[in-house]
Amino acid sequence: MSEPSKPLIIVEDLAKTFTLHNAGGTVIPVFEHLFLEASPGECVVLSGDSGVGKSTLMRSLFGNYVPTRGSVRVLHKGAYVDITGASPQVILDIRRRTLGYVSQFLRVIPRIPTLRLVMEPLLENGVSIEEAEARARALLSDLRLPERLWTLPPSTFSGGEQQRVNIARSFIRRYPVLLLDEPTASLDAENRAIVVQLIRDALSEGAAMIGIFHDEDVRDAVATRLFPVLAYKVAA
Amino acid sequence: MSAAATRPNEAERYYNYAYLDEQTKRMIRRAILKALAIPGYQAPFGSREMPVPYGWGTGGIQLTAAIIGPDDVYKCIDQGADDTTNAVSIRKFFARVADVATTEDTAEATIIQTRHRIPEQPLKAGQVLVFQVPQPEPLRGLEARETETRAMHAYEEYGLQYVSLYENISAFGRIAATAGYPVMVEERYLMSPSPIPKFDNPKMDDNEAILLFGAGREKRIYAIPPHTRVRSLDFEDYPFEVQTWEENCALCGAEDSYLDEVVLDDAGNRMFVCSDSHHCGQRRAEGHVGPMAGHQLANPVAEDGQ
Amino acid sequence: MSAVERLASEPLLRVADLSRWYGSIVGCRDVSFEMHPGEVLGIVGESGSGKTTLLKCLSGHLEPTSGKVEFDTRRHGMSDIYGLSEPDRRRMQREDWGFVHQNPRDGLRMRVSGGANVAEPLMNLGRRHYGEMRSATIAWLERVELDTSRIDDKPRNFSGGMQQRIQVARNLIHGPKLVFMDEPTGGLDVSVQARLLDLMRELVRDLGLAVIIVTHDMAVARLMADRLLVMRRGEVVETGLTDQVLDDPQHAYTQLLVSSVLQI
Repeated sequence: MSEPSKPLIIVEDLAKTFTLHNAGGTVIPVFEHLFLEASPGECVVLSGDSGVGKSTLMRSLFGNYVPTRGSVRVLHKGAYVDITGASPQVILDIRRRTLGYVSQFLRVIPRIPTLRLVMEPLLENGVSIEEAEARARALLSDLRLPERLWTLPPSTFSGGEQQRVNIARSFIRRYPVLLLDEPTASLDAENRAIVVQLIRDALSEGAAMIGIFHDEDVRDAVATRLFPVLAYKVAA
Repeated sequence: MSAAATRPNEAERYYNYAYLDEQTKRMIRRAILKALAIPGYQAPFGSREMPVPYGWGTGGIQLTAAIIGPDDVYKCIDQGADDTTNAVSIRKFFARVADVATTEDTAEATIIQTRHRIPEQPLKAGQVLVFQVPQPEPLRGLEARETETRAMHAYEEYGLQYVSLYENISAFGRIAATAGYPVMVEERYLMSPSPIPKFDNPKMDDNEAILLFGAGREKRIYAIPPHTRVRSLDFEDYPFEVQTWEENCALCGAEDSYLDEVVLDDAGNRMFVCSDSHHCGQRRAEGHVGPMAGHQLANPVAEDGQ
Repeated sequence: MSAVERLASEPLLRVADLSRWYGSIVGCRDVSFEMHPGEVLGIVGESGSGKTTLLKCLSGHLEPTSGKVEFDTRRHGMSDIYGLSEPDRRRMQREDWGFVHQNPRDGLRMRVSGGANVAEPLMNLGRRHYGEMRSATIAWLERVELDTSRIDDKPRNFSGGMQQRIQVARNLIHGPKLVFMDEPTGGLDVSVQARLLDLMRELVRDLGLAVIIVTHDMAVARLMADRLLVMRRGEVVETGLTDQVLDDPQHAYTQLLVSSVLQI
């Protein structure tokens, strides 16, 4: 388990409720009074059936959804910054440097070649084009994505290929905190094993992770503890 | 000379002296004074309908009418020549309505009205050169909005003018514009010198005479007072230069004047002659001879109009 | 520069309580925000929501009825742009800003070549060396992926997408600090639009440009903008990080706007 070092992400009293103004003001509560921490080397896996709010929680942690209450503090440049109250500029900087997100869907600009997409997070952090390209090539090889695909945009790729591009984009650099939303959903056993290894490597280097894994083998391979989201479900 | 002798048409003239009524002339003079006070600035004026169509020199004629007096000696040239139809007609017009003596001699004239040329012979203090201007706005070809070109002049935003020179170099490898080549007056106002050849541009700089420009249709007057700095625009790597000819004038042999090409026959024979007809004639009278001296063009028929 | 450092620095643009009325009709009302160097701000909303009025006010083309637009000018530092004299404001627009119009005809001189269109801002800055400007123009045409052998063609001989590339080059060549874009891909086929958006995004990142982009297209907003102002009936009804606003809209109007986007 984890050593007693500082948590990299601290979630306190988090609540999320959707209000659908165009559906007669319908209110959909998702979770409340949620507390969660992840320290270096920890991989907290959210558990629970679908619809329980795992993805909503992940998106709230990433600053993609706006929580109704509570705080999500991320250790960013040596200080805890609450992403729920941060300005857009600060959130973007946290995402650029501290907080990575791997979703099950690849959402990128159309018509950009795969290699370029994988290089982008490095370029945004000021890495030279040459170095970025070298590292991107290495990682795509590790993920066994055929080289002939590298110069193509991933829109026509299979689900598994797109997923690996997505993973490459997120693991190309070491984010201190990584949010993983079903990163292995469309992968075959062999590729799952590669991703598991990537995750373990990052954890051993001190990353903190919070993830959703439906695949039990993967979950058992990477989880340091489970976090049942259902416990925080708002009573209907 | 007595007053009666200088104004022979007085009794039979049905128009005001110099055609325009006195109030109009005063209005034009005020515009001229403003133009002289702000060299290169286009002063608006209330252009009148003239008994010739726009484009035939209505701006120049109104300027002349506003400044001419019975003691003036008037010369009018078109493309450098005194003997072309327009020049002859306008000269006759002022001889009639302003009772002035006329001349073809550049040195003798006090007012020279011109279209498309500045005489070769340097002008002197006391002379006025009146230009007929079809389009006073040098930026108009690139910017259609008058409000915008006015603002550009007001704030000295002249980058746009260089766009036309840039286009020229891109297309021809050099600044190929030959006439109406834009100038900066006293490093303040961008000005169109009217469609004179760029050969004549350097003559405007530090000229002793007054240069007046009138655009009748566009209702603008502008001016270059004596001894004003006039610089032709250019790029650092494409400096301004004037046209040169390999030939000399076929009639007078001049090496340094602006030459017109004259096609002589269907066989492609041609000659180059001074565009400034008076200058050429004067040189011939002084004994200069060109390779085709004695050609019939040396004895223009227009002289019988005198 | 990081976002946190940027926040500590002076904003590039500061808009305070900006309102513009057309008689008794509101164009935009009580708009306030700040922008920092390198930020891309999207202004979204449907037709008539006040986007264009706001853009005109921000870009110095329409004086607000009340409120202030301050910009960190190169020559005068932070200044109320409508407090500057007209020549100073025009110079600032020329030197510090770019403006990419929806219709290339509004942003290009159709009578002069593409190359001269791109070089003109340099001439406006007082550059007078043809060869240098020509080289800079060619470099920019390459950067916006246009065939440099067509440098002397008139804009009308280019396709709509290529015309927009010329416009982009023309508005970036002089090194502006802030570029306004008014529906820059509005008139283009989707395939052309995607390439152009990609190009603009890359340029914005490489140059660290600040951009204000007006669009009614949520996909364009998502691709280009770091954060959004959502406008409705002249007022800003929601503002925030782009993906927050689009994925978890809080205001009823934004929810409607986002849910109206066709999914394919």
